Amino acid sequence: MSDEIWILGINMTKFGKHFDRDVIDLASEAVMAALADGGVTMADMDVLAAGNLMGSGGIGQQVQKQVGQTGIPVYNVSNACATGATALRTAIMSIKAGESEMGLAVGVEKLAGVGLLGGGGSAKKDGQEWEPHGRYGAVGPTDGRIGTDTMPGVFAQVGMEYGHKYGGADFELFAKISEKNHAHSTLNPLAAYSKRFTLDEIMNDMMIAYPNTRPMCSANCDGAAAAVVVSGEKLKSLSLEQQRRAVKVSASVLTSDPWQEACQVLPDVNTLTRNAAQTAYEQAGVGPDELDLVELHDCFATAELVHYDNLGLCEKGGAVDFFNSGAPWRDGSKPVNVSGGLQSKGHPISATGIANIWEVCHHLRGEAGDRQIEGAKVGLAHVIGLGSACGIHILEKSAA
Amino acid sequence: MTGTATSSPERVPLVDYLVLDDGPPHLIAHECTSCGARYFDRRNACASCFGTDFTTVEIATEGTLRTFTIVAFAAPGVEVPFVSGVIDCDGTSVRGNLTNVEPDSDHVQTGMKVRLTTYSLGTDDQGTEAISFAFEPAP
Ligand SMILES: [Zn+2]
Repeated sequence: MSDEIWILGINMTKFGKHFDRDVIDLASEAVMAALADGGVTMADMDVLAAGNLMGSGGIGQQVQKQVGQTGIPVYNVSNACATGATALRTAIMSIKAGESEMGLAVGVEKLAGVGLLGGGGSAKKDGQEWEPHGRYGAVGPTDGRIGTDTMPGVFAQVGMEYGHKYGGADFELFAKISEKNHAHSTLNPLAAYSKRFTLDEIMNDMMIAYPNTRPMCSANCDGAAAAVVVSGEKLKSLSLEQQRRAVKVSASVLTSDPWQEACQVLPDVNTLTRNAAQTAYEQAGVGPDELDLVELHDCFATAELVHYDNLGLCEKGGAVDFFNSGAPWRDGSKPVNVSGGLQSKGHPISATGIANIWEVCHHLRGEAGDRQIEGAKVGLAHVIGLGSACGIHILEKSAA
Repeated sequence: MTGTATSSPERVPLVDYLVLDDGPPHLIAHECTSCGARYFDRRNACASCFGTDFTTVEIATEGTLRTFTIVAFAAPGVEVPFVSGVIDCDGTSVRGNLTNVEPDSDHVQTGMKVRLTTYSLGTDDQGTEAISFAFEPAP
């Protein structure tokens, strides 16, 4: 029996503001389009995994009521920014376990206008006594008093730490990473933002958490993405056209962060990504040198830099030189985030971990239009959710 | 921090790992007796080795700034800008704000030496003053 897993159909909605549509509308659109893309229906699905963080819960069943209630098992998953990848991996595991031949995964979020994520806490009100709460025995909010809980601030420190360790990473370098992704987004009609910014515009925009200015932060927006996965065995029974467009999942990996000395004060997004990458390359039997494109989790410009290194796209400590060589630009030797990345394409949290796979599949199928990376055969998609969870998928073009 | 108000007999730390009443203010941690991992918060077991026996250790009050950000945009009620950083205090990483320094990248740089200091967060109706900690440039 073949233990291969393939993506049969996949879709992402337009990312942006969808004021007239709720999360169920967006998820249903992505699901129905992914099924149509794969040439199958809900009747063919043996399992559904669904993710949505900001909604009321039970998104999988809510979507079933719009697209088809067939009684299959539903797994509602939640894993921060890795939620979409976790949903996909859940469907994949069901196939690998032999319980399913075909599975469906969907991630959806409505985040337009949500503003700053992380941080806050309620301040002491008048007449209230200082009373200790929680595992630090805190008598008041600690965000802003003992460091920052905001995502832009946390990831700013992640990038600055890399700069402290290896040198060469300054405000301008981080801004240049953002300049690249915004430039890439001009070719992506589904991106939330597709405006090119000059380096000056990026550096002089509103500062959020040094060195991340507003365009260097992921764009909160609405969107959904869905994928149909199928076993290698089942795929053989489908049409030649379905086999030709199917994309092989050569590696599907999920990790959490192993204990590190400093992880209690600043989330360690590096170790679990390095571990996931190493396992993924082993599973797929390909090395970073063989990747034709990479979609990595650039939730902030400062995060993209460290993941060049974590994913082995450069030598250890060599991320600054890697970027300055021009490699991660779409015409460079290792195109990274040709979709525009989270900074420009947008980051509807639970959709992100499937949307990045859609982007890679689009290129491997040769269907990416103006932004096609010519001759792309192998790609990698990476997401990380703080807490932390890291999902990596390596995808390969069909030989059929 | 000298409580000058006559009805202010008590001071409480913002977090329980800041010690105010045992010599100069300092931070403490729960240290795993089997592997030496340190935690500022209460732990059920050690995340590194699963041990359940902890002892209390003092954290060095001077250290080196390993990374920082200057937060310009924060949740309502949080004063900006402020510098948040991670300080290497003789091998233990500590999270905290920087104080007594201009919050800009000309004045704040990774690698700079800093030391622990404390400041008042105000007094509640019972006359109890809450004290927080931060780090300031060390001479
Ligand atoms: Zn231990």
